[in-house]
Amino acid sequence: MRLRSVCGVYDARMFRYAIRRVFAAIPTLLILIALAFFMIRAAPGGPFDTEKTLHPEIEAKIRAAYHLDEPLHQQLGRYLWGLAQGDFGPSFQYIDRSVTELIREGFPVSLQLGACAMLLALLAGVAAGGWAALRQNRFSDHAVMAVSMTGISIPNFVVGPLLILLFAVHLDLLPAGGWPTEGFLARLPNMVMPVIALALPQIAYIARLTRGSMIEVLRSNFIRMARAQGLSQSAILLRHALKPGLLPVLSYLGPATAAVITGSVVIEQIFGVPGLGRHFVQGALNRDYTLVMGVVVFYGVLIILFNFLVDICYGLLDPRARQQN
Amino acid sequence: MTAAAILALVAVLCVFGPLLSPVAFDYLDWSHVSAPPSLENWHFFGTDDLGRDLFVRTLVGGRISLMVGLVATAVSLVIGISYGALAGYVGGRTDQVMMRIVDILYAMPFMFLVILLMVLFGRNIALIFVAIGAINWLDMARIVRGQTLSIKRREFVEAAQAAGVSTPRIIRRHIVPNLFGVVVVYVTLTIPQVILVESFLSFLGLGVQEPMTSWGALVNEGAKALENAPWTLIFPAGFLAATLFCCNFIGDGLRDALDPRDRSA
Repeated sequence: MRLRSVCGVYDARMFRYAIRRVFAAIPTLLILIALAFFMIRAAPGGPFDTEKTLHPEIEAKIRAAYHLDEPLHQQLGRYLWGLAQGDFGPSFQYIDRSVTELIREGFPVSLQLGACAMLLALLAGVAAGGWAALRQNRFSDHAVMAVSMTGISIPNFVVGPLLILLFAVHLDLLPAGGWPTEGFLARLPNMVMPVIALALPQIAYIARLTRGSMIEVLRSNFIRMARAQGLSQSAILLRHALKPGLLPVLSYLGPATAAVITGSVVIEQIFGVPGLGRHFVQGALNRDYTLVMGVVVFYGVLIILFNFLVDICYGLLDPRARQQN
Repeated sequence: MTAAAILALVAVLCVFGPLLSPVAFDYLDWSHVSAPPSLENWHFFGTDDLGRDLFVRTLVGGRISLMVGLVATAVSLVIGISYGALAGYVGGRTDQVMMRIVDILYAMPFMFLVILLMVLFGRNIALIFVAIGAINWLDMARIVRGQTLSIKRREFVEAAQAAGVSTPRIIRRHIVPNLFGVVVVYVTLTIPQVILVESFLSFLGLGVQEPMTSWGALVNEGAKALENAPWTLIFPAGFLAATLFCCNFIGDGLRDALDPRDRSA
């Protein structure tokens, strides 16, 4: 009953909150795109600088074909307009392929890795952190925290090769890399190590976050109240402590996604996974400007969108967040 | 304490270690290519596939990594402190606008922008310093601003204002020195982040260039040779991980010590 009576107010507030978030996200997007755009244009050396000098007329034609002869703001406008239609422009290195094609090809692969890693990070991180919180200052708590500190400190491009060394070279349990195309099940063994390497630092971070906030929640008055009412430990944990305890984890999901995406760039390189991250590195080494920029913009948009969604969820779950400023 | 000792040991080794070995970091020892670690031929950590001594290379790479850590952190410190202190002290609309800008920048995928920057403007060390420092000041600015807000209400600031001291001078002489505690804690947590970013770039081949090296670049080489010469991976990776671990550990400890409220976290 109470819920229905406040529903109108609730909706209006939530709506205003969402609008505010949209207005925060849009400038971020535009700044990102403009920054990337001008950085590329400001770079010394164009994409067509080759060993041979081109005939000036031919060079002018090429420049005209790629619209490089227009004033900068016009080029930016053209790029933005293209982006709005999902067109990232042609690749400067892969002849006859557009950046959109390359992204469409690589992203599903990266998405599978990233989604699995995030899922694993959440499950394992929350479980380990919650467990440590329940046994605060006991041996298992210290053990979990020590392991997670190690997990945070060892970068995933170190974890990756070490996993290969252990599981592929010495134990010969898993393939060292590659990406079979015949279905999800066939590539499951190939996915195990990259997913673990990607997830490990996030597991560690989420475990620490969960532990900290759970300890705080478990000490709070409403939990003491629930205990006094004689509720069982599991009911207290699941029904009362988990939601407020996981709010910090929720707000960490934005940075976590960014970290997983960034991490996937090296992980794909290490394990030979043909995802977007590998295109990105290849593009970066080949000076394929449009490809690099396309990936930057694509991932940037993704991260900003994800941050936006997380903010909205946070607003839905925590009424206090909606009222701030 | 142990963490600090290990960190000091790593630093001292990196600075003076290369002097102990008779070989230079880019000397090619053709008689010991991909040789395992041994004490007899001076290659304590073995050699890589070009016969370069890994002991010296690891330590020389460590110099770069640590230097990036310090310099880039210093850059972020300067930007973060001046930005945060200014926003916090001036307050009002200026503060709101400045902090909104920080909010917007927060959502940026900076790693990608740095990579873009490295791709476009060549791969020199100075640029790495500045680029990494320039992206890491956001947290610092926020923390410094928060702290400034509470400091500026203290009596000695009011006294300075009453005495007609100019705003820049108040910020420099009265606000900034009082930020010291918070800043020190934060610096110990920024250094490992920065080292990590640098090794990430070097790992991708976008950071420090041959024949110079850093821990990230060495891990990359080691990862390629790990089947035949696992030591080329293990030693640099060990140094990198140990350094990051110690920095994080010290930073965490300091934060807990200075902020009892957070002790549980």
